[in-house]
Amino acid sequence: MKSLNQQEFIEWADAYLREELSQEDRLRFETYCAENPVKAELFAQHKAFLTTMEKADARSNFKRDLQHIALDYDKTHNPKPATKVISLWDRLKLNAAVAAAIAIVSVFSTLWLTGYYKNLKKTTSDYSALRRDMNTVKRNVNAQNAAIQNINNTKENIKETMHYGATGFMITKNGYVVTNYHVITGADSVHLQNHKGESFKADIIFTNPEKDLAILHINDSTFKSIKSIPYTFKKQDSDMGEDVYTIGFPRDEAVYGQGYLSSSTGYAGDTLAYQISIPVNPGNSGGPLLDKEGNIIGIISGKQKGIDGAAFAIKTKALMETLNSIPADSLNGKNVVLNNKNLLYNLSRTDQIKKLQDYIYIVKVY
Amino acid sequence: MSKEKSDIQIDSEIIDGIREGDNLAIQQLYQIHFPPIANMVINNRGSREEAQDIFQETVMVLYNKISDDDFVLSSRLQTFLYAISKRLWLKHLTRGEAKYRKDSIEDYGEALAAEEIIEDHEVKEANFVQMENALNGLGEPCRTILYDFYIQGQSMAAICEKFGYTNADNAKTQKYKCLQRLKKIFFKK
Repeated sequence: MKSLNQQEFIEWADAYLREELSQEDRLRFETYCAENPVKAELFAQHKAFLTTMEKADARSNFKRDLQHIALDYDKTHNPKPATKVISLWDRLKLNAAVAAAIAIVSVFSTLWLTGYYKNLKKTTSDYSALRRDMNTVKRNVNAQNAAIQNINNTKENIKETMHYGATGFMITKNGYVVTNYHVITGADSVHLQNHKGESFKADIIFTNPEKDLAILHINDSTFKSIKSIPYTFKKQDSDMGEDVYTIGFPRDEAVYGQGYLSSSTGYAGDTLAYQISIPVNPGNSGGPLLDKEGNIIGIISGKQKGIDGAAFAIKTKALMETLNSIPADSLNGKNVVLNNKNLLYNLSRTDQIKKLQDYIYIVKVY
Repeated sequence: MSKEKSDIQIDSEIIDGIREGDNLAIQQLYQIHFPPIANMVINNRGSREEAQDIFQETVMVLYNKISDDDFVLSSRLQTFLYAISKRLWLKHLTRGEAKYRKDSIEDYGEALAAEEIIEDHEVKEANFVQMENALNGLGEPCRTILYDFYIQGQSMAAICEKFGYTNADNAKTQKYKCLQRLKKIFFKK
C-alpha cells in the first residue's frame, strides 16, 4: 500500500465518514488505519473536530430557535412588558408599604399628641348637625370645624393654670347652675364667681354632650342658699321677632347684650335651639337668654362664623329634658325645683338686670 | 390513548423533541417550565428580563446535556431545570463571590450536583463559542465551503459549481486548505 499524504488521507477519511465508500473500500480504510497508528490518530482527531463543528452549529441553531420562541412567548404572555416603574414597584413595594405604615402612624400619633382630636371633638359635639356637614366636606375638615366658633374664652393669659372662662346661671335656689357642656369638658375643677367677686367651688352633676348642656352644683361652705330666684323658665317656644337680651362674661365684668329672636331653629336646622341676633363673644357661652318679661327662654351656646349676627341659644325645652334625665343618685337628695314666680315682670330693663345679675356667674374652668 | 398524559411522558417527549430540534417541543418546554422559574427569579430581586436570560441559559444547559447521547434524566425535568436555574441565579446575584454560599445545609448536595452540571456546561459552552469564533474568523469563501461540505453534507461537485471552480481537484485543495486554517485558529486559542 502506498503511503498517502495528509490531504489525500483527510479526503479519504471524509469519504469514509460520509459513507460514500463501497463495502470493500471501507474495509480497506479501516485496515489502513489499523496499520498506521499515526494516521489513525489523525483520523480520530479529525472526526472529533468535525463532531464539535456539527454540534456547535446545531447548538447555535437551537439557541436561535430558543430566542425566537422566547420572544413569541413573551409577546403572547406579556403583551405589555412591565415598565421600569412597575418593576421598580415590584421590587420596592415592601419598602413602600413599611414607609407608608410609618407615615400613617406618625401622622395620626402627631395629631393625637397635639390634641387635634380633642379640639375636633369639642367643636363637633356642639351640634349634631355639624358632624353631618363634615362628612360631606371631609377634605376641608379644618374649615368645617371652624364653621362654629364656640363662645368661650380660650386660654386666658393672666393665669397659666386657668384654661377657660364662660358664663353660667342659677336654676334653683339650692345651688344648681347650668352652663354649656363644651365649657367644662376636660375640666379638673370648676369655680363660679358672681359679680361681687365671691367665688364658689362647683361639682359637675350631669352633662349632656348632645344638647351641649352641663348641670353644676355649688359645693362650697361659703355658699348660702338663697331665698328665691327672680326669673322663671318659659317652657313653650318663643316667637320669631321677640325682643331678647342676655348677660354674660366675655370679660371679667358682666356685659349686657340685646337683640331679637331671629329664627326658631338653630345651626343647621337644630330644632332644640334658636337663632338670635345678639352680639356675643367668646365667654358668653352658657349665659341666660331672657325675653322682655324676664323669662329664661334659652342658653347662649355659640355663633356661626362668617355670618353676621347669627348666634345660637339652646331652648329651655332642652334644659328641661336634660334636668328630667338626671339620675336620682346624682342629685344627693337635693331636688331640682324650678322657680315659678316671676319677680321681674313689669320691671324696667335696668331693674331686671339689677335683680338677676346676682344669679349669673362667671364659670372658671381649671 | 388517554387524553391526560402523565408528567413523565411529557418530560421524555420534550427531551426527544429537543434532541431532534423540534420547535414545538421548545415551545412546550417554555410554557410548562418557564413560569415557576420566572417567579423564583422575580421573587428574589430579579426582573422579567433577567428571568428570561436565566431560563434560556438553563435550557442551554439542558440542551448540552441532551446532545450527549448517554444522557438520562435522573429526576423530573422540572426539578432539574429548577435546580439549575436556582444555581445560576445565585451565581448571578453573588457574581461568583462565594462559590458555595448556602441558604441551608439540606440542599447542599442538590446544589453541588447542579454546580457540577453547570461547570461541565461552561466548559462545553466555551468550546462551542471558540468553534463559532474560529468559523467566523475564517472569512469567506472558506466558511461557506466548509459549512456546505461538512454540515450540509453537499457533494464536492455542487460546491465546485457554486463557487465556480474549474475542476473538482481545485475545490478539494481549497477545502483542505480551509480546513487546515480552521483547525489552526481553533487549536491555537
